[in-house]
Amino acid sequence: MLKITKFIITDLFRNWILLLYTLFLLLATLGFFLLEGQGDKAILGVLNLTLLVVPMITVIFSTIYYYNMYEFIVLLMAQPLKRSTILASIYSGLGISFGLAIVMGLGLPLWFMHPAMVSIMVVGVALLLSWVFLGLAIFVGVWVRDKARGMGIALLFWVYFVLIFDGLVLLMMYNYSDYPIEKVVLFITFLNPVDLGRILVLMQTEAAALMGYSGALFRQFFSEWWGLSLSLFVLIIWALLPAALSFMRFRTKDL
Amino acid sequence: MIKINHVFKSFGRNRVLNDICLEFKKNQAIALIGPNGSGKSTLIKIILGMVLPNQGFVAFDGAPIKGQSKYRQQIGYMPQMSRFPANMTVHQLFKMMKGLRKDVNKGDYDLHLYHAFEIEKMGNRRLEVLSGGMKQKVSAALAFLFDPKVMILDEPTAGLDPISNEILKEKLQKASLNDQLILISSHILNDLDEITSHVTYLMDGEVKFFKPLEQLKMETSENRLNRIIAQILKKENTHA
Repeated sequence: MLKITKFIITDLFRNWILLLYTLFLLLATLGFFLLEGQGDKAILGVLNLTLLVVPMITVIFSTIYYYNMYEFIVLLMAQPLKRSTILASIYSGLGISFGLAIVMGLGLPLWFMHPAMVSIMVVGVALLLSWVFLGLAIFVGVWVRDKARGMGIALLFWVYFVLIFDGLVLLMMYNYSDYPIEKVVLFITFLNPVDLGRILVLMQTEAAALMGYSGALFRQFFSEWWGLSLSLFVLIIWALLPAALSFMRFRTKDL
Repeated sequence: MIKINHVFKSFGRNRVLNDICLEFKKNQAIALIGPNGSGKSTLIKIILGMVLPNQGFVAFDGAPIKGQSKYRQQIGYMPQMSRFPANMTVHQLFKMMKGLRKDVNKGDYDLHLYHAFEIEKMGNRRLEVLSGGMKQKVSAALAFLFDPKVMILDEPTAGLDPISNEILKEKLQKASLNDQLILISSHILNDLDEITSHVTYLMDGEVKFFKPLEQLKMETSENRLNRIIAQILKKENTHA
């Protein structure tokens, strides 16, 4: 398995899109710090960019990559390898590559510009989100045979989690604003890894103070260690669940 | 060596294989022919464990292949279409494949096609820039590399130039004399003439016949494989 993983990582790191992605993250992070000066404001800029770009690039690139690897998967299937080994190698190859891109593109500049708890949180959230959307991409690739339809569904996942979901939550909050729904909203955010990531980081900054009553409630929840670990745990579930479902399907799939 | 026992397969409502029973032994070179959509590729993929049958089973050397991957150590497979990770070189691909197959000793590699196709020369080129025919050459050399007991080739000669085609045919002829089992699916019947010892004709997911080539030659008093097949199909039609 390690041989294939290594092979895929080498292949990915010669891919100019992944290099461009790393470079883009690096320059954007540096840019925010140079424009906004030190501190929370720059971090918020980096956060918003990360939450938008990281899921998008990860989900699109991974889906295309999976479909392009299809014939290679068939070739590997003819070798004495277990199906789970083959999928695990692709998954880990992509996961490690995207992880390295985040560490180099986000981790490195943040380490120099703003070495604080919140920076660690940004990098951690970006890493987890990469794996969440990688899992979704593999999930789509394994379940949907047609490439065009698969790409559409993968993009839909991104649009849903980044745009539509927030709209739905806002709509709900607006309609039920007379009721004490802060607790409910708190648990609804667990259904969206992107929102969860955003709140996890926001609660580490001063911006949380601007969020009124629900902000206070969130802050209380997310600064207690069990709230923090629960949300990290939920993010990890988000990363593992689609992957687990893909592995299940891949075992009995007709290639 | 390979026993296919009452295999059924359908994709959705579309029945692709219908009660296939075949037994292939070593020293046989089997031509798997049939019109488009007759289930040739599906049958090959079932033998390789890539497609799982709805009913029935395939046994390799007496053991059912379901749930195991080890039997594929004995199989070399050349797919219909090959595509490799774009940014790797031919050399790196071979290195990785050798790394995957620790069960084969270094001295046991069958490098005949590797040399005959001059793959060393394209060693530093990226797999993405190889032409279709060159990819087929790489894929053929890979299939033979670990000196398998069974060779399965899906439309092997489609993209190859005449010289490479001859090299591959010669190699297959040698292999069938060398206790290997060869299974080729192809439309180009002329290519199969000199290699095959048996012919399996698939039609609409069923085995129309599975006979030694010699017997077919006697029955139809024809010499060339394409004439033989034409004869048999004509006979079928007049009966029906």
